Amino acid sequence: MSACLDIRDLSAVLPNGQRVLRSVSLSVQPGEVRALVGESGAGKTMIGKAVLGVLPSSVRIVEGDMLLEGEDLGKLQPKARRTLIGARTALIPQDPLTALNPSRRIGSQMTDRLVRILGWSGEKADTRIRQLLDEVQIRDPDRVLKSYPHELSGGMRQRVLIAAAFAAEPRLIVADEPTTALDVTVQKQILRLIVQLQREHGTAILFVTHDLGVVAKISQRVSVLYAGKVVEEADTAALFAAPQHPYTRALMAATPRYTDPFASLKPVDEAVLAGLASEIAAADQAWRRPHG
Amino acid sequence: MDEGRARRRGVSPRLWLAGGWLLLALLAAIFAPLVAPQDPLAQDLMLERLPPFWMNGAEPGYWLGTDSLGRDLLSRLIFGGRIAFIVAFSAAVAACLVGSTLGLIAGYFGGWADRIISRVVDVWMAFPPVLFAILLVAVLGTGLSSVILAIAIIDWTRFCRVIRAETMGQSRMDYVENARIAGYGRIGIMLREVLPNVVPSIVALLSLEMGIAVIVEAILSFVNLSISTDDPTWGGIIAEGRLSIHQAWWVLVFPLITLILTVLSFSQFGEALKTRFDPVLR
Ligand SMILES: Nc1ncnc2c1ncn2[C@@H]1O[C@H](COP(=O)(O)OP(=O)(O)OP(=O)(O)O)[C@@H](O)[C@H]1O
Ligand SMILES: [Mg+2]
Repeated sequence: MSACLDIRDLSAVLPNGQRVLRSVSLSVQPGEVRALVGESGAGKTMIGKAVLGVLPSSVRIVEGDMLLEGEDLGKLQPKARRTLIGARTALIPQDPLTALNPSRRIGSQMTDRLVRILGWSGEKADTRIRQLLDEVQIRDPDRVLKSYPHELSGGMRQRVLIAAAFAAEPRLIVADEPTTALDVTVQKQILRLIVQLQREHGTAILFVTHDLGVVAKISQRVSVLYAGKVVEEADTAALFAAPQHPYTRALMAATPRYTDPFASLKPVDEAVLAGLASEIAAADQAWRRPHG
Repeated sequence: MDEGRARRRGVSPRLWLAGGWLLLALLAAIFAPLVAPQDPLAQDLMLERLPPFWMNGAEPGYWLGTDSLGRDLLSRLIFGGRIAFIVAFSAAVAACLVGSTLGLIAGYFGGWADRIISRVVDVWMAFPPVLFAILLVAVLGTGLSSVILAIAIIDWTRFCRVIRAETMGQSRMDYVENARIAGYGRIGIMLREVLPNVVPSIVALLSLEMGIAVIVEAILSFVNLSISTDDPTWGGIIAEGRLSIHQAWWVLVFPLITLILTVLSFSQFGEALKTRFDPVLR
């Protein structure tokens, strides 16, 4: 069986020639949750955007392939690529407020996509949307469908976006820190919902986060990203049992624990960072040589 | 919360006052031949420089007095409103269509489209507007359509700049990215997702622009570059009133008040409409 998403040696550069993605390889198997973890600025969002075809115009892919269910995205015409990505993928974004159009009612935003992109009848789309709202435990769908985004709470908005993401039965969902913008009590509910729907629908998820606690809870496999480079990739259980890369170990040490919240709050070790810097410099040099 | 919303949804006093004055002035202009007490062009040297109704020597039927040729001031203001409103609506709509379209394109597509449009706007705005208007009318010739054209040609940049900036802000929002991921086309996203979010600003600007068009038209009439000299215009009346300020101040003051009220009302009305159109502020 081919991977749901297969990224091979993906490199992307900024206009000044600096690499933001450094030969990233990563695959997501059908129905699995693959965590992508790394600190701020590591390039997690960049990978998600590359897959979904919405990289900022200043970022250019210079090397590598992305296969979505075996189809090479780079070999498709732009229009065919858009259609494929639109049909097979969805995004659960970080900020549920800006991800909804402020001037349109929730109902029209949710059904519109099914009707206009996938050609469903209005009735079928409406039924589907209500079914999904029920799955994300929204008990008053009529009110929610009539609302404008700003009339809902952050948690409600994120539920709506989760429902919208699953509505068209995508094969792959990119969830980019979907709980970071929410308050702590809501975070748990939202995580639980995502996992629950993921299991029921058998959807693969590329789950972007900087929180190792979340990684441990929901993912089967994990990639650790630093400065656009995958420094470690492992089964989640194996990673937590025996982290191989010094950076992964440092990251774990830096994650607060309930038992001793203050002692464990220490920044990533200087020596580890120095090691990473030289590792990345070496990788860049090795990469530059054949690429001029 | 529902009560608060209901109150905010209700018509604000600002909207009432501004809208009320505009409606009154507009209706008077439309039905000028029915509501004007006198013929605005009829001269009568026996009735020259009659004062307004509360002063000694006022004549019934000449509520705001007469000018130095004995023409009824109120009737002239009412008829002058016709040209003011025609110019306001046509020029503002034309400027809005051109400016908003270009602003939307520049803001949404960015890149070279934005660079070209923004450069044109910069060059355009380097001209002092009033001088530009006078120059244009001198070239296009006087007359109603030249005045409208001149105002549109000058003021589309106001729409372009504001709408470009707003569109840029909206285009960076995640909902636009989401729509692209879902597979909507670029133009479809621009029209269906982004445009509705800049409509409140377009409405506010449109109303403001109507007020500005009224002023520009008045200035052009004032320097005698507007419409034929026979039809009364607010600017023309002000120009005449200035000459007889010492003998008949009312010929200057009433058209000025009319002008200021109208311009203020347009801008206030626009702001009030904007808050009503905006789903977040509403
Ligand atoms: N539009 C852009 N143009 C150029 N560079 C960008 C752009 N957006 C982000 N970058 C750079 O690309 C790198 C990766 O950013 P990215 O947003 O993918 O990080 P991230 O891992 O998602 O971080 P966070 O946890 O803060 O979301 C960063 O160094 C960032 O400065
Ligand atoms: Mg990010």
